[in-house]
Amino acid sequence: MSRLKRIAKNQNGVQPLGGGHALCQGCGVPSIIRTVLSSIDTPVIVVNATGCLEVATSRYPITAWNVPWIHSAFENTAATASGIEAAYKALKRRGTLPGGDKEVTIVAFGGDGGTYDIGLQALSGALERGHRFLYVCYDNGAYMNTGIQRSGATPYGADTTTSPVGASDPIGKLQQHKDLTAIAAAHHIPYVGQSSGARWQDLSAKVERAVALGGPAFMNVMSDCPLGWGHESKVGIDVMRAAQDSLFWPLFEVVNGDYRLTYRPRKVIPVVDFLKMQRRFAHLFKPGNEAVLEAIQQQVEDEWVRLLKLCGEEVRELPVVKPAEETEAVVGAVA
Amino acid sequence: MPVKTQEGAQLLTGGDAVANAMAQIDPDVFPVYPITPQTPIIQTFAKLVANGKASTEIVNVESEHSAMSATIGSALAGARSMTATSSQGLALMAEVVYIAAGMRAPIVMAVGNRALSAPLNIHCDHSDSMMIRDSGVIQLFAESVQEAYDLMVMAPRIAEHPDVMLPVLVCQDGFTLTHSEEPLELTPDEVVKDFVGEYHVPLPLLDVENVTTKGIFALQDYYTELRYAMNAAMEKAVPVIEEVFGEYSKIVDRPFGILEEYEIEGAERVIFLMGSTAGTIKDVVDELRAKGEKVGLLRLVSYRPFPAEQIRKALAGATEVIVLDRSDAPGSVPSLHSEMAAALYGSSAKLRAHVFGLGGRELVPDEARAIFAGEAPTHIALRS
Amino acid sequence: MSGLRPWQELSPGGTIRPTDAEKPKTGSWRTGIKPLADLSKCTNCLLCWLYCPDSAILIEDTTFVGFDDYFCKGCEVCAAVCPVGAIEMVPEETETPERWVMRSDESAS
Repeated sequence: MSRLKRIAKNQNGVQPLGGGHALCQGCGVPSIIRTVLSSIDTPVIVVNATGCLEVATSRYPITAWNVPWIHSAFENTAATASGIEAAYKALKRRGTLPGGDKEVTIVAFGGDGGTYDIGLQALSGALERGHRFLYVCYDNGAYMNTGIQRSGATPYGADTTTSPVGASDPIGKLQQHKDLTAIAAAHHIPYVGQSSGARWQDLSAKVERAVALGGPAFMNVMSDCPLGWGHESKVGIDVMRAAQDSLFWPLFEVVNGDYRLTYRPRKVIPVVDFLKMQRRFAHLFKPGNEAVLEAIQQQVEDEWVRLLKLCGEEVRELPVVKPAEETEAVVGAVA
Repeated sequence: MPVKTQEGAQLLTGGDAVANAMAQIDPDVFPVYPITPQTPIIQTFAKLVANGKASTEIVNVESEHSAMSATIGSALAGARSMTATSSQGLALMAEVVYIAAGMRAPIVMAVGNRALSAPLNIHCDHSDSMMIRDSGVIQLFAESVQEAYDLMVMAPRIAEHPDVMLPVLVCQDGFTLTHSEEPLELTPDEVVKDFVGEYHVPLPLLDVENVTTKGIFALQDYYTELRYAMNAAMEKAVPVIEEVFGEYSKIVDRPFGILEEYEIEGAERVIFLMGSTAGTIKDVVDELRAKGEKVGLLRLVSYRPFPAEQIRKALAGATEVIVLDRSDAPGSVPSLHSEMAAALYGSSAKLRAHVFGLGGRELVPDEARAIFAGEAPTHIALRS
Repeated sequence: MSGLRPWQELSPGGTIRPTDAEKPKTGSWRTGIKPLADLSKCTNCLLCWLYCPDSAILIEDTTFVGFDDYFCKGCEVCAAVCPVGAIEMVPEETETPERWVMRSDESAS
């Protein structure tokens, strides 16, 4: 049976996150939630940080969740999950678990704001303490729920409402995004993975490995945001695929300290092919920003080479190293 | 019928006493972060667990914010959960204290009250508790090590009562109680176990067969109702506290009340306060009574819920009520002052109020005498 | 705000049981187009099921059976990810073939 058919049968064939939520048309997050939770064959308990996913799915008296789910605040998701895991351990040891001695998998979801920034301390603490849980950051690169403000995950050069492009700032966000996956890996936990909403097989297989290793496990998963990135909802998967094929967001994992590349594009495309699909980077294609595009390309290549070395992979010459000729934002970018 | 307590009184600090109560209750989970003067509680408890006196899952989290967050998670997952803090720790966790109450998590938290920065100070006042006064948590204040211990034993019954379902804070004065040894009687282990009973929370998260969504988002249509339900729970908490106090009182043969009335009978001038300073006031009351002065003390145990009705009744004969707040309120008047003013509204009793004991400054008998005499400044012992 | 429940009837902390919860009709978000599938092309790969943000792809066991009219927001993701072009977006008023299970408002509420 194909992986997809197999995971469709998990969680008793019930969608962990059902319909009726108020996430935007074409939102990239629900398919990540579905892929993650349906790839787990035990009952799950979901802990959710404040954010789009949370507010849009739990507006009283409505819920879109068909699995046990809890939210308490923005920055404390990993801590809340720690408490649930401690409760599970204590009740299991004392033989007082409701419904008997059942295995459950605790999965926490937070956006990049709730994970890279305000929730980093709680996440670090929980990873250090070694709780058995999987933390999944859905990273769409800004505080989308509050109106597209820049976060520690926002890429260099992105136009957000708090790193706006203007006469005296033609670039947008002036800082590189934080390497959260590396920070998680520095905790020397059993499993750290970086994946993408566009690569469901990669994501699903990583979830299976993460859960099998017990935990703590951390996954940083790229999610598109049609509103915040500025693309038509139907092209979200294509935009994220371009992020992988341009090496902008590589897919890899760190299993017990060993780095492993999990996706190597057959044909590497220039980073501008990814950038030009999104309104948040449209300003970079205006005359005068050529050097910015080149700097982004160089940064991506440097990071890729660094990752290849970590993974023990051959560093081949990159098929494409120069930004493409086009200078206009095109294909799918919403004006 | 009162059971015989353990042989003889023991000498313990407030921190040790509360830790012993916790070990007897043996909660499932105890997420905690160290802060002075709460540390004796968590160190003693950790040692008791290490020695096999309790088998609690201790989670040494990385901040008080995470301590309360983990406690919410474990309590709603279906595990009896406690934590402990003081001062800046309570301030840091304040956001999540509101959430614990709003999510109706029946958590018990031991508090060693301590002043808030700045300037940094490690000693007692009640500013930390005052900061979260409207959070929806029950706050009980002890006068003595014995009372801190007893309140801790009773707290889970109050928090977990189906009519209440709110966090209960057992507050004791930092250092004055947490670090000071006093003789006390510990209730036998099996009596505590029976009294506290099994933990029960409706629809625990770990019950994966009965799926629930917890910690919802509520807007104009339901937020008011969900918050109002906490007012109703607080109202119901008053009789619940009295019932639990009464039941435990019968077992250990010591009186407990949401208020302690000390020489209130026939008292014209009555001091109203919370915490360990009541001891000093009681001595001065005795001294002045011996001289024929009609003075008394009304000590508040249950700060939240604030028993305004009972206070009004207890002060029916008083001509002057003197409120002593161990916290200040720049720009206004502190909590006990304003709440007493509300409770006494329409009464003919005169209201006077003082701020005392900030940052651990002791209130000495001479000052208590001056307070009764109406000769003390608004801020006791303020140099100017 | 008629039809809303009084505070006495709310569970402590607002805990919801999904079985009791209302399900709003997000299908009303569609702006004139809806998905239609050509079963003769469908390979039943379930990619549409996986990628639909609104759980609006109906499957029975692991077989595609249609779209959930009640939840579908018309985002076109299903049509975009279908590897064999079996799904196309058609005007809302297009007649839906009988073989597609289209949930009615009643069965979903």
